[in-house]
Amino acid sequence: MSIQDDKAKEVSADGAAGPIILFFILGLAASLVFGWVIFPKLLYSQKKQPIDFNHVLHVEAVDEGCESCHFFREDGSFSGIPELAQCVDCHEEAQGEDPNEVKFVEEYVANGREVPWLVYARQPDCVFFSHVAHVKEAEMDCGTCHGHIGESEHSRVYEENRITGYSRDIWGKNISGLKKHTWERMKMDDCAECHATKEIKTDVETLPWPINWLPLPYKKQTGNQASVTTVKEACFVCHK
Amino acid sequence: MKEEGKHKKAKKYGMVINLDECTGCGACMVACMAENNVPFREDESNKLDSIAWMRVYKLTNGKSYPEADICYLPRPCMHCEGDHGHSPCVSVCPATATDYNYETGIVSQIYTRCFGCRYCMAACPYHARYFNWWDPVWPEGSTKYLSPNVSPRMRGVVEKCSFCFHRYQLAMDKAYLEGRTVLEEDEYQTSCTQACPAGAITFGDLNNPEHKVHQLAKPDNKHGGRPGNPNVFRLLERLGTNPKVYYMSSREWVRQAGDNYIDNEDFAKNYRH
Repeated sequence: MSIQDDKAKEVSADGAAGPIILFFILGLAASLVFGWVIFPKLLYSQKKQPIDFNHVLHVEAVDEGCESCHFFREDGSFSGIPELAQCVDCHEEAQGEDPNEVKFVEEYVANGREVPWLVYARQPDCVFFSHVAHVKEAEMDCGTCHGHIGESEHSRVYEENRITGYSRDIWGKNISGLKKHTWERMKMDDCAECHATKEIKTDVETLPWPINWLPLPYKKQTGNQASVTTVKEACFVCHK
Repeated sequence: MKEEGKHKKAKKYGMVINLDECTGCGACMVACMAENNVPFREDESNKLDSIAWMRVYKLTNGKSYPEADICYLPRPCMHCEGDHGHSPCVSVCPATATDYNYETGIVSQIYTRCFGCRYCMAACPYHARYFNWWDPVWPEGSTKYLSPNVSPRMRGVVEKCSFCFHRYQLAMDKAYLEGRTVLEEDEYQTSCTQACPAGAITFGDLNNPEHKVHQLAKPDNKHGGRPGNPNVFRLLERLGTNPKVYYMSSREWVRQAGDNYIDNEDFAKNYRH
């Protein structure tokens, strides 16, 4: 037995090491290419919006910025993507010669049919998100979560995760899950990130130096506790 | 929580159910199922498998004709506070899928965190928790009638009454828009409260002396929320679960039925400490 083992080792050490390493490197490269390039293409379907919407043009024409079309209803709910009724106020008839507008008027306004917009930021069903709490109560900008969407001249391609059915905006464009800006990802961690830092900044006052180095019990809470914190009891605030 | 209380008064939403007025019609059960997308099956006769966040029980005093009496007892989740938020179910959950919210006093259930061990069901002395043995099957077309404010549950998770928490969320949205952070009594009411034709259910903030629930139950927060009204009782009071659902009845045998007693025990003496 032991003689045979020694022989096997000799063989592998002499002739097979090179091919094994080469095979390993090739396999690794192939896996990386598959994981980082091919898999995302297979995972996400590419869908076009029914109408190519120009935000720049509209923002110039309206008075109240984003809230002209994306407004709060009286009951506190958020209109999100506007209904046809809002568009009809201006677009009862085509105002220009843009083929997108003509298509919109002919296919949707004339027939009284709602446009089946694809919602980039739609969250899974278990998520409760209150726009009014963030925009009115916390006075946040739309752009913090949605990015500079008001500066887009064309609707970008909507990418749907074929397995979950969620928009790619939730996971983020970067397949590794890295992000540079707050609006590049919309996962639970991204909500938590902001809520965790907010709590520290607004609600905890540390005693002045030199006692500042003392551990947590010496931090005292000041002002109103934000309704959403990272403490254990907060799950039901954002889940439904 | 203690620090929070200094700045913003914690609410404690709770219920008082008048058992003398309850007719046992079951409207609360129906309203609850419709409001909360509670799944149902073709054959609902096996009550060990079926789900009802609100369930009406029938009590009898066990006596024969001249003294025979019955009483119907609707049972939602009791949203036990226990001792400082140590509800029986919250303290056993290994997944933090259920927690006690000090701001509202509501015991949550996060379906996406629950992995279905059912420890909470074993811990709950009120049988208020139910397990989804199957994925919900909605009859064709009925998905359009589901409430968008409550997420439907999947097979393998536990669910229970949430005091219609989504209604609290929606009411808060309206309050925020109007620049308020405090709700009026009638802005947040549960579905069963509004559906009861006899008006037997009262819902509100037990900590707010202006709310009707507080006036009816007169809860003594220093002694685990014990009711101050002699006609008011809670189920299994002596377990120390500190539930937030109070029952009211002028009949002593009904009040007595809310707990267990050993033979020859003096109810009046032991119950009122």
